[in-house]
Amino acid sequence: MTSNSKGLILDRRSLIAGASALGLAGMFGRPTWAQETPVRGGVFIMGIGGGSTTDDFDLRKLTDWVPVNQAYMVMNGLVEIDKDNVAQPELFESWTAAEGAVDWTFKVRQGVTFHNGKTLTADDIVYSLNIHRGADTTSAARSVAAAFKDVAKVSDSEVKITLESGNADLPYVLSDYHFLVVPEGFQDWSNPIGTGPFTLESFEPGVRARFVRNESYWKPGCANVDAVEVIVINDIAARTNALMSGQVHAMNGVDFKTVDLLSRAPNLQIVRSAGGQHFTFLMDCTQAPFTDNNIRMAIKHSIDREQLLQTALLGNGRLGNDHPIPSTDRFYNSELPQRPYDPEKAKFYLKEAGLDALKVTLSSSDAAFTGAVDAAAIYRTAAAAAGIEVEVKREPADGYWDNVWMKAPFCMSFWGGRPTADQMLTIAYQSASAQNDTRWANEEFDKLLVEARALLDDTRRREIYWRLQELISNEGGAMIPMFGDYLDAVSTKVKGVGPHPMFNLMGARMAEKIWLEA
Amino acid sequence: MTRVVLVRLGWGLLTLWIVSVLVFAGTEILPGDVAAAILGQNATPESLAALRETLGLDVPAVQRYFSWLANFVRGDLGQSLTNRQPVADLLWPRFWNTMALAAYAAAVSLPLAVTLGILSAVWRGSVFDRAANVVALATVSLPEYFLGLLLILLLSVHTGLLPSLADTYDGMGFLAWLKATTLPMIVLTLVTVAQVMRMTRTAVLAVMDQPYIEMNYLKGLPNSRVVLRHAVPNAAAPIINVVAFNIAYLITGVVLVEAVFNYNGLGRFMVDAVSKRDLPMVQGAAMVFAAAYILLNMMADIGAIALNPRLRHPRISES
Repeated sequence: MTSNSKGLILDRRSLIAGASALGLAGMFGRPTWAQETPVRGGVFIMGIGGGSTTDDFDLRKLTDWVPVNQAYMVMNGLVEIDKDNVAQPELFESWTAAEGAVDWTFKVRQGVTFHNGKTLTADDIVYSLNIHRGADTTSAARSVAAAFKDVAKVSDSEVKITLESGNADLPYVLSDYHFLVVPEGFQDWSNPIGTGPFTLESFEPGVRARFVRNESYWKPGCANVDAVEVIVINDIAARTNALMSGQVHAMNGVDFKTVDLLSRAPNLQIVRSAGGQHFTFLMDCTQAPFTDNNIRMAIKHSIDREQLLQTALLGNGRLGNDHPIPSTDRFYNSELPQRPYDPEKAKFYLKEAGLDALKVTLSSSDAAFTGAVDAAAIYRTAAAAAGIEVEVKREPADGYWDNVWMKAPFCMSFWGGRPTADQMLTIAYQSASAQNDTRWANEEFDKLLVEARALLDDTRRREIYWRLQELISNEGGAMIPMFGDYLDAVSTKVKGVGPHPMFNLMGARMAEKIWLEA
Repeated sequence: MTRVVLVRLGWGLLTLWIVSVLVFAGTEILPGDVAAAILGQNATPESLAALRETLGLDVPAVQRYFSWLANFVRGDLGQSLTNRQPVADLLWPRFWNTMALAAYAAAVSLPLAVTLGILSAVWRGSVFDRAANVVALATVSLPEYFLGLLLILLLSVHTGLLPSLADTYDGMGFLAWLKATTLPMIVLTLVTVAQVMRMTRTAVLAVMDQPYIEMNYLKGLPNSRVVLRHAVPNAAAPIINVVAFNIAYLITGVVLVEAVFNYNGLGRFMVDAVSKRDLPMVQGAAMVFAAAYILLNMMADIGAIALNPRLRHPRISES
């Protein structure tokens, strides 16, 4: 058996295990994961939500799904995360790190040309990374790129990256969708040039775009369709209707509430991707009453996670254990006991805090995640049994991130997955992070996090990450009841479709991977 | 007459200016700004500050308003803050899309409504009159988005007769365009027919009760000639008024319909602009909507005056 076919078997097994746990009988009999030979030709039409009239291809402000998917059609990343959540070479062909993981050397893939005919060299990559660096950059990836002390060309085929401090996950960090590659000096963000599978043919921001195949694309087995059309459909009902009436082949962001209905349609396949997306109830550890860990533990025991998963997500996800590392991560702590719904234990913790009953206000909005307001109401009932009175305050979705998130003492939020445990823990739990949204500060945590980052030895790293998950789970300010799958729906005419741990639409790279039924 | 028009135009411009102040103030009051909207959850204080400075948002609001106004008066709508494209380039194609859909709907809805109104006036109290009224009232009572979804379910998902997305693009054929926009057109027709139809019916009936109409019948004119030659022209003023009002509604009130059918019009453009807090775009779209509304109402007023000699010559009737 080759390693490839073994991977296939594992895939199927985990798929079946996951599917039967969720009771998804509709998945079987559609062997979309089977290896088939790609067929060339056809026009692939995608209906994607998350686009705006103001979109362009500026890599520094990629935040929404339409521009991210479109950027991956025209450009390539440095590193690609595969379906098993492992970093694979893309425009960086290979890499080595010196002990301490501070100094990294990357080989640039040879023989790759941009759409304008220019050959890819180290200069292009240095330029593409540098647009996210420096004091006056407007990049959304600014804080990630701040970890690069120096990005230097060694030769045309080699780039050296020196970090501020050691990070064994650098290849994963470089898989961030902001770090795509354009030719040196490139600035015309409405007419993008890349090394990607397609070239832009026409572009109406926030409405539609058409891409045609790059006939000299370097990645084997990819760019099978002649053209890709993206229709921006932000309204979820309109998107679903377009798919059901056959006007588009694929859509992202299926509503948890309608996915079971949609899976009954015979001409559709539902793609459920388990990943790092999780939903949080944030307690600000610097605001009363959450300064006391007993209160935080009481809250964490007063939620019925299973009920929430079944009602808010209709089972399309996994239970959370009050830390942000998903079971798909290689450093997931599989031995940390699952925290149960235990009103008596919650009462015990309240007593420890010197209280008989607790009254809290929970700020909620569907901006946090679809169904967040319902989830808050469900939590309210469960918490009442533990002597915790939850007043649900419904906040407007508009401006939620500016006015409520990181301001209200107890509010709902979400995090999208990050490629590595280190990134997730650093952005949301390190005390110095600007997005430490529970304002939790723990010296041991901060120290161990930095130590683990620089370790090239996976055994010791695992020990540390397991400890960090335990720390957050038992002391942190986030109650994390569940992880939600990424849900897409795709026509059965589309082949080569599968789940991906990063985002919707196969890690936003669906267009280059799939082919259409002949 | 010219004086009347000029005075109306002056008031229209004043209204437009007030709208621009209100929209600017409203966008300022809204939480968050364009920098926060662009960076979303990725925002850090440094990147926010850098972006604000690049976009010129560190300038005081009053100063920004007047520099916008100065450009607007010269016909320059400015640049989008998020993608640096001229607002005019982004706005006009969508404006014409909205106008095209409104025109298509008006071309079907208004003749239909006026005809139905006249017929139900002529056959007052008949089964036809009642049925037309009930159906029109029922469709106007349903919200647009619900009607839209209902029609998509029936005509698109189940039967596949019409596309559910009003997906239009440059260089598309006229027939393809008609097919793509037929579902939204039907929805807009359904929600506008009722008012025009009932106003027409009432206006015609009011005239039909006049003694001179009775005289017409007494001298033996056929029914059709009485209605079309003698009654309708005298009922025209209120009908034109309500027609203009509904055209204004078709242009400005299509936001929901555009969302349901994913139509690339000005309504969707404005929703995008507001959610990104992109002020030049919000202002541009608001000005166009307001101007369309004011202009059509003005035309209705002037039309009514032109058709009514007493209003046309106010001094004569006063003396």
